[in-house]
Amino acid sequence: MMTPSIKPGPEVLEAVIIRFVGDSGDGMQLTGTQFSDTSAMFGNDIATFPNYPAEIRAPQGSLYGVSGFQVHIGSVEISTPGDEVDLLVAMNPAGLKTNLHAVKPGHTIIVDTDAFTKKNLEKAQYEANPLEDGSLDNYRVIEVAMTSLTKEALKDIEGLDNKSITRTKNMFALGMVYWMYDRSLDHTIEFFNKKFKSKPAIIEANTKVLNTGYYFAETLELIPNAYTISPAKMDAGTYRIIMGNTATAWGFLAAAEKAGMELFLGSYPITPASDILHELVKHRHFGVKALQAEDEIAGISSAIGASFAGDLAITTTSGPGLALKGEAVGLAMMLELPLVVVNVQRGGPSTGLPTKTEQSDLLQALYGRNGESPLIILAASTPANCFDFAYEAAKLSLEHMTPVILLTDGYIANGSAPWKIKSVNDMPDIKNKVLSKPKENWHPYDRDKQSLARNWAIPGTPTFEHRVGGLEKDRVSGNVSYVPENHEYMTRIRAEKVQRVENYIPELSTEFADKGDLLVVGWGGTYGSLHTAVKQLNEQGIKTIGYAHFNYINPLPKNTEKILKQFKKVVVCELNTGQFASVLKSKFIGLDILKYNKIQGLPFSNGELVEKFKQLLK
Amino acid sequence: METTLEKYTYKDFESDQEVRWCPGCDDYVILRAVQKALPEIGVKRENVVFISGIGCSSRFPYYMNTYGMHGIHGRAPAIATGVKMANPDLSVWVITGDGDSMAIGGNHFIHVLRRNVNLNVILFNNEIYGLTKGQFSPTSLVGQKTKSSPYGNTQPPFSAGELALGANARFFARIGGNVPKDMSELFIEAEKFKGTSLIEVLQNCPIFNDGAYDQFTNRAVREDRQLFVEHGKPMIFGKEKDKGLVLNGLKLEVVTIGEHGISEDDILVHDAKTEDPTLHQMLVRLKYPLVTGIIRSFEDQTFEEREMDVTKQVKEDSRFVKTDDLFFSGDIYQVF
Repeated sequence: MMTPSIKPGPEVLEAVIIRFVGDSGDGMQLTGTQFSDTSAMFGNDIATFPNYPAEIRAPQGSLYGVSGFQVHIGSVEISTPGDEVDLLVAMNPAGLKTNLHAVKPGHTIIVDTDAFTKKNLEKAQYEANPLEDGSLDNYRVIEVAMTSLTKEALKDIEGLDNKSITRTKNMFALGMVYWMYDRSLDHTIEFFNKKFKSKPAIIEANTKVLNTGYYFAETLELIPNAYTISPAKMDAGTYRIIMGNTATAWGFLAAAEKAGMELFLGSYPITPASDILHELVKHRHFGVKALQAEDEIAGISSAIGASFAGDLAITTTSGPGLALKGEAVGLAMMLELPLVVVNVQRGGPSTGLPTKTEQSDLLQALYGRNGESPLIILAASTPANCFDFAYEAAKLSLEHMTPVILLTDGYIANGSAPWKIKSVNDMPDIKNKVLSKPKENWHPYDRDKQSLARNWAIPGTPTFEHRVGGLEKDRVSGNVSYVPENHEYMTRIRAEKVQRVENYIPELSTEFADKGDLLVVGWGGTYGSLHTAVKQLNEQGIKTIGYAHFNYINPLPKNTEKILKQFKKVVVCELNTGQFASVLKSKFIGLDILKYNKIQGLPFSNGELVEKFKQLLK
Repeated sequence: METTLEKYTYKDFESDQEVRWCPGCDDYVILRAVQKALPEIGVKRENVVFISGIGCSSRFPYYMNTYGMHGIHGRAPAIATGVKMANPDLSVWVITGDGDSMAIGGNHFIHVLRRNVNLNVILFNNEIYGLTKGQFSPTSLVGQKTKSSPYGNTQPPFSAGELALGANARFFARIGGNVPKDMSELFIEAEKFKGTSLIEVLQNCPIFNDGAYDQFTNRAVREDRQLFVEHGKPMIFGKEKDKGLVLNGLKLEVVTIGEHGISEDDILVHDAKTEDPTLHQMLVRLKYPLVTGIIRSFEDQTFEEREMDVTKQVKEDSRFVKTDDLFFSGDIYQVF
């Protein structure tokens, strides 16, 4: 006999981590994106991370075909997609098997029982059905026959084939999760109306299934109460959710507009950088010219040509592609032309782990060319600030007449987070070195006295006809020169020009403490993990731990040594074997620089960082 | 493109740099032929760009008083594509050699032709590596003894023309390295042609491969061994203008006018402008006579035109003018 239950109001949580997993074709990315967008619009801080296989359509039900999307939402500051999850939504056995380890013991798993067939269990290499053998006793498992409930809900809608019906089951799951976390369905329904404008049956089906899931969860006795996450305290302003790669692309759009130039992209598709190409090819309306070239080398070579002819030129790639571009980066460096090379790092070496993250191209960026060829190296640290550092890379490149390598990584490139939208009007000015009026006694390698940047005469401008090339050039005339002293002079002045960029970039600052026992050092995409871990210790009352994060790798901020010296120990945390640590060690002799490294294609987890820092503080 | 008011002479295109090729090299001939062609073309000097790769020929831009870039090995077509996309109004010339274009830069060479970027490629083919001092190149002959093939080359050569036509080249011309006047005229025609114009110059390297083309280009024999084709004209050659080409089945055959009842009317008329490259391929392959002149000149849309058409349409349809329009569009929300 049913007893009437008194439902308490939703329990308020500070933050929650949810992971949606299923087959590559189950629509998990869409489900996760909808949940995170809805939460962001509700006012939560969020961070998301998709995790999908390198295979595009892996065999259905297979372990390696599992696609996942993790979202971390909070009323507090959220800097990472999080580690262990509070809720796992598994659309099939393979998804459950590959993700169970990430669920906090005692927490919730929702499964589509219809997918737990003998065949699917075999494909997931389960010997017994985990829903029946007691192996999930430590979790709260909510078993829902999602596929059949979805079919039942849609039985009266005409004009839908079986495949389209089954496809909407992800919306059943989303509806349930919306109820559990007290979210509105409005944003997602609006999304259906826009996305399937010309297919009313699909709009109706998705809306119906979403609602069915929502009400199913409400009436389900298995879910005792719902939770809610209050809006986070964030700066006032207009926001949108942005992916790192999109933010990178938009940073260049903004820079081109500010500089009054046209943007040229020469690129060759490579994971995980291709989304920058996909984004920029959309924007011909802003004068963007994008060439999908025949190979990586043509990608950068065409960009060098476009730069020579006066465009803001960029090329985008990932590790192996940067290796192929090496000689051409050297040419751009030798020509002293502006060019931004974006390297969205992935697991290496060689083909490595294309869809996983790593920070192992730092030394390649710094030194991966023949000859003495220093460049400006920047590293973005969050999905949103990919915008700022793409903009900064373009600005520094144009103002200092040198290639810039911008490092991001798969983690921040594919992750998304709220971005307080920046108008181009609020961005700093960009003054390129383009000459327009004829000059007396002009030479192509005449330099600015302060920055040492050369001037830039572009084809089509009368009286400035000149030749540039990869051969060493005379310091005055710019003509080919093999004079020994001249080569040394030119080598040094090219290096000095890059070094002087330190006068144009911000100083390094620390978070949480400016002196003390332990300074945690990070660079690039690990910001969220490191910041969160140090913050946690700080909140636990440990006030002698500080955090310094580097976005400027070459040149380093001027006060770097001073900052490092304020702490007894320095630990450089990187997703490689210690590349930045070796750079710091070689530059600053006598400092006790320790390393903490992870090379698993994964970001740092909060637990491992906190434990390591505690140990170092002992 | 703006043309000049005052006519240049070749001297206006000479840079202040001393030319440093070996004495007797055909590169000198090509340089002067280009410098003489440019005043006829009438483009302003500041609108001319020479882009090269690496090799003897690739020093060329340094000797031209125009804009120029001496690039890296094999990449000139890619660099030049970027130049053209940034500024389609420029007159862009790629200078390359057989190694630069068909070995290390083979990929860019075929793709620039495929795209039909509106630029000119002058291919200095000397069938040898000169700057690295005498190794075989992708156009060296089988059996050829070089520094890197002391017992004879075992790698069969590319034919530049066949490769180019296979890559859908719309314009292909071939010329001996010792006929500056004809060469200049070809360069003028190449510049007039909209699309990628490839001119293969049979360039003698007097140091490492001297006489490679003697059998075709030697003054004493060239009229008998070469057929200089012109669009719309019968393909007749020989000192006495008595030899010509006819099609016999699927093969080109040399016939003598006046023999076996052959008259001038029987000789094939050259059609460079036809889309079908079949006959162009046959002409390119021919060894006797060696065919020179403009073998193919098929007008097609250029890459820049296709690019500009799409961009124009996108601009018309787009609601975005400034980046702010994009950034503040779609799913945005307020935090108060």
